[in-house]
Amino acid sequence: MKPASFDYVRPTRKAEVLELLSEYGQDARIIAGGQSLMAVLNMRMTQPKLLIDINRVEELHFIEERKNCLAVGAGVPQVELLSWPRISETVPLLALAMPWIGHFQTRNRGTVCGSVAHADPSAELPLCLKTLGGEVVLESRSGSRTVTAEAFFQGILTTDRRPDELLTEVRFPLCKPGTEYRFNEVAMRHGDFAIVSLAAVIGAGTIRLGIGGVADRPVTRDFEPGQDLSAALNETAWSLDAQDDVQATAAYRRQLVRDLGRRLIEEGH
Amino acid sequence: METIAKQGARVQLQLNGRVREGFAEPRTQLCDFLRHELGATGVHVGCEHGVCGACTVQVDGKSVRSCLMLAVQAQDSRVDTVESLAEGELMSDLQLAFRRNHALQCGFCTAGILMSCAEFLGREPDPTESQVRDMLSGHLCRCTGYTGIVRAVLEVANERKSKNGEK
Ligand SMILES: Cc1cc2nc3c(=O)[nH]c(=O)nc-3n(C[C@@H](O)[C@H](O)[C@H](O)COP(=O)(O)OP(=O)(O)OC[C@H]3O[C@@H](n4cnc5c(N)ncnc54)[C@H](O)[C@@H]3O)c2cc1C
Ligand code: FES
Ligand code: FES
Repeated sequence: MKPASFDYVRPTRKAEVLELLSEYGQDARIIAGGQSLMAVLNMRMTQPKLLIDINRVEELHFIEERKNCLAVGAGVPQVELLSWPRISETVPLLALAMPWIGHFQTRNRGTVCGSVAHADPSAELPLCLKTLGGEVVLESRSGSRTVTAEAFFQGILTTDRRPDELLTEVRFPLCKPGTEYRFNEVAMRHGDFAIVSLAAVIGAGTIRLGIGGVADRPVTRDFEPGQDLSAALNETAWSLDAQDDVQATAAYRRQLVRDLGRRLIEEGH
Repeated sequence: METIAKQGARVQLQLNGRVREGFAEPRTQLCDFLRHELGATGVHVGCEHGVCGACTVQVDGKSVRSCLMLAVQAQDSRVDTVESLAEGELMSDLQLAFRRNHALQCGFCTAGILMSCAEFLGREPDPTESQVRDMLSGHLCRCTGYTGIVRAVLEVANERKSKNGEK
């Protein structure tokens, strides 16, 4: 299908984007990579009055290594972060997880912040952000606020972002020495949305497992070394309110959380 | 700040090395603009929601799905379609390898696959089979079962390697 009509605007400065968002609110949509939004527009599941294209706003195009985090601006396509030379040293979990996002053709345009703003429950980047304890920065004409991943993701395609706010950057905490990062997922074919995706952060005396694709948002659970892991994973699997859908049954999802979770934590893959 | 009202405007881009211009409403997808306004009918349109890869073209040298991009977004960009591959009257080495290896049957998926392969081989001149299969995961082919496509890509990579070795 083809999208319904809309006006289109291509600002070159962030202030212009914020101005437009404050004027139009719900009636406007941001388009970043378009890799999720275009399908929704084509199927007319959303019909904005105004489409705001942020692709030519230079000041949103940055990858910055700061004291405690790697900050990625809303203009950065996934391919750029994945091929950024220091990605494996600074945030190794991203280097492991990002090749699973769609295909290189969709990573060429899809942005890092767009994936976080979209908040698909099985998406890899929201899972990484949540598991690492990262943050997002939301800006509007009335100011800027920083929100933890924990508070930001509120359900299927639902976040804490107000209609007048632009997600300007995401912040991934830098890797900690002596900590190991692991990632694995199961999908119908490589590049399809995950049925279940898992991220693990294993430090001295701490085990954190992030789980995507099961609940309505990415969730994390902390385990202790020496704890009965099978029992704990079983309890976790039942706690997530897994659903049946065309891809997999709820029972299969629980099974993946138990088996893949144990394998990732105990065997490392 | 540039605004284009829903009634549309002229869009200019560089198509296969030539500056071209046509009319587009903001909602016009790049694939439809290329086909209907500029006559680049080598661009095939399948699913229109990003799943099949048939519509793949290169924008500023990167393979992208032209059904997930608006024509107005391509203003002033360099767009290359399958029509750019042939060298004059002759098919490129990649196209010839596809023919030799039966890498196409109906050909609907082929134009998009060739554009992905062209970018991929530029970046990975010596790919493994699993890298080729990973690259192809962004495309659906209903006819070939992919084996011939994989063979063609590996063959052309080898061919280019030995040609460069001779120099
Ligand atoms: C074939 C295919 C396979 C895919 N597979 C996967 C997969 O396995 N895993 C995965 O995670 N994703 C997958 N995706 C989706 C992924 O490619 C998208 O890039 C991502 O979900 C959205 O990023 P985007 O930049 O394309 O955002 P867009 O599509 O432009 O926008 C998505 C939504 O976020 C909003 N938005 C975007 N940026 C901002 C911002 N800065 N501030 C406020 N709101 C904003 C938009 O208004 C829109 O509602 C797939 C897509 C395709 C086509
Ligand atoms: S038509 Fe664009 S991906 Fe299918
Ligand atoms: S050759 Fe027919 S779909 Fe690929």
